Amino acid sequence: MSPWTGPLEKVDDYRWRIPKSYKPGMRVDGLVFANQEMLNDILKEQSLEQVANVAFLPGIVGYSLAMPDIHWGYGFPIGGVAAMRMSDGVISPGGVGFDINCGVRVLRTNLLEAEVRPKIRELTDALYRNVPSGLGSKGKIRLRHGEIDEVLVKGSRWAIEKGYGRPDDLETTEEGGEMAGADPACVSSKAKERGIPQLGTLGSGNHFLEVAVVDQIQEKAIAKDMGIDQIGQVVLLVHTGSRGLGHQTAGDYIEQMVTAMKKYKIELPDRQLACAPLDSREGQDYLTAMRCAANYAWTNRQCIAHWVRESFSEVMGMSQEEAGLELIYDVTHNIAKIEEHEVDGKKEMLCVHRKGATRAFPAGHPDIPRKYARIGQPVFIPGDMGRFSYILVGTEQAMKESFGSTCHGAGRVKSRAAAKRELRGDEVRRDLESRGITIRAGSLKGLAEEASQAYKDVSTVVNVAHNVGISRIVARSRPIGVIKG
Amino acid sequence: MKRFQLIEHTADTGLVAHGSSLAEAFANAAYGLFSIIAELNKVRGSESRPVAVSAEDVEGLLFNWLNHLIYIFEVEYLLFKRFDITEFTEHNLKATCWGETYNPSRHQLKLGVKSATYYMLKVDRERNRVQVIFDV
Repeated sequence: MSPWTGPLEKVDDYRWRIPKSYKPGMRVDGLVFANQEMLNDILKEQSLEQVANVAFLPGIVGYSLAMPDIHWGYGFPIGGVAAMRMSDGVISPGGVGFDINCGVRVLRTNLLEAEVRPKIRELTDALYRNVPSGLGSKGKIRLRHGEIDEVLVKGSRWAIEKGYGRPDDLETTEEGGEMAGADPACVSSKAKERGIPQLGTLGSGNHFLEVAVVDQIQEKAIAKDMGIDQIGQVVLLVHTGSRGLGHQTAGDYIEQMVTAMKKYKIELPDRQLACAPLDSREGQDYLTAMRCAANYAWTNRQCIAHWVRESFSEVMGMSQEEAGLELIYDVTHNIAKIEEHEVDGKKEMLCVHRKGATRAFPAGHPDIPRKYARIGQPVFIPGDMGRFSYILVGTEQAMKESFGSTCHGAGRVKSRAAAKRELRGDEVRRDLESRGITIRAGSLKGLAEEASQAYKDVSTVVNVAHNVGISRIVARSRPIGVIKG
Repeated sequence: MKRFQLIEHTADTGLVAHGSSLAEAFANAAYGLFSIIAELNKVRGSESRPVAVSAEDVEGLLFNWLNHLIYIFEVEYLLFKRFDITEFTEHNLKATCWGETYNPSRHQLKLGVKSATYYMLKVDRERNRVQVIFDV
């Protein structure tokens, strides 16, 4: 792929603008949060062209935004954020992505590295055994006929009612794990067929479970409110999404929107951006189906977190209460949400698309859990499997600059093919083990594709988000055990 | 000429497929898709499924064709390696797809494919060449 050669104006050390004069049809400027060093990589591929293309979408306000982990996607860039007016704006399923409500949840524990490390092999084995993962794996949840519809409406609440977790998990899940306005009639039978056997499965690719150790605490008081008290404390990460149900739903609606665009006379430079007016039947049906898929994803992470708790408690030989396995928070990073934001000094309801971007609401915002009202919404930024992950909080600055959004991960720099050519799975495994990271993976090839070298350094990404002010670093963790599908 | 070539994409993967007709290019794109998902040399062509898809235009037909095959793989665990296209127009495609149910003891899966995307999707009628990027 050729490098991008469009116009990019430096605003300051962390902000770069693509003027709307770049292409006729752009309705707003593009704005990218990055430093010079990251920009050198970003310019090698076509992600900035995608930022410009998103600016074509009707009703877009402010900027077509790119978070610091921006990389080349399809349609929207990964790390793309775009907000549309409700009155004349559109919803674009490609602006959410195929893995609807892919996201991350983090559980705290009372235990320290010194207590867990001696049992890390046993723990990763138990997690690998108890959480179905990998391509072609089947879940262990058997749904009654029609029960999938309950999952799509109730989300995490369905899982709690079935005994997968505790009622207070709902308070610390974005949207309470149950997005309102979900009607399963808008989800195709094909999507349900894909979703039924996959509920409670991790999947493959970049999805993972991680046993990690807090190794830096930047904000002691804020970390304490999240239940993170000391260096060396063990935390557990779950990263997965809505599996085949979400993938099928996205594909179904993108196809419908291609037809709808002709009807509504919308023309765009990339068909993957296919969209429909927010107030149209097509637009509303997609939002309804997307909420169902989002609820499925929350149920999925809720069930998986339950098995993570069981595995941890079994291997460590203590009850879940003794182990202190509380859910810090669960965030989504592929979603569209109707939210209130300030545009030109006036409060307005907008449809915010976050494609590989995390909500980052500040302290005092009504949509965040009461227990975090003082500190702001927790944000989790997992790095690659060999490096760090970060815990941050949302800020007022995010409300001003990025529609309450920040980055979501490290972002790839190397294609899967290049990673496989240059690295071997067994070497990647040996390298990780030599650095004290125990790994269980479904496939060695998959391991090479997900190696550290294929990703940007998450610390650089998170530092840019922190310095721009769209979120604030609270703590850092490093992995000691990783399960990959 | 190879039936398809992979395209490098940082986060995802894609392919360009050729044929002596557009229908053959579609069949080769499907073969390429399953080559991304699994090691096909040990897959037998012992089971078949009829497939029929339709769309408003030939680009939509490619998108729907590949996504329908991904759906069958996920629901029935069928790995396909031969695609006999029996009807092919601008709007309709009918085929019999041959392959085998995934058997972990004999087959090796390589990479999960979430969906075909429309990004950079191209159908070149003159050169019987198609291009598609997958979300993986």
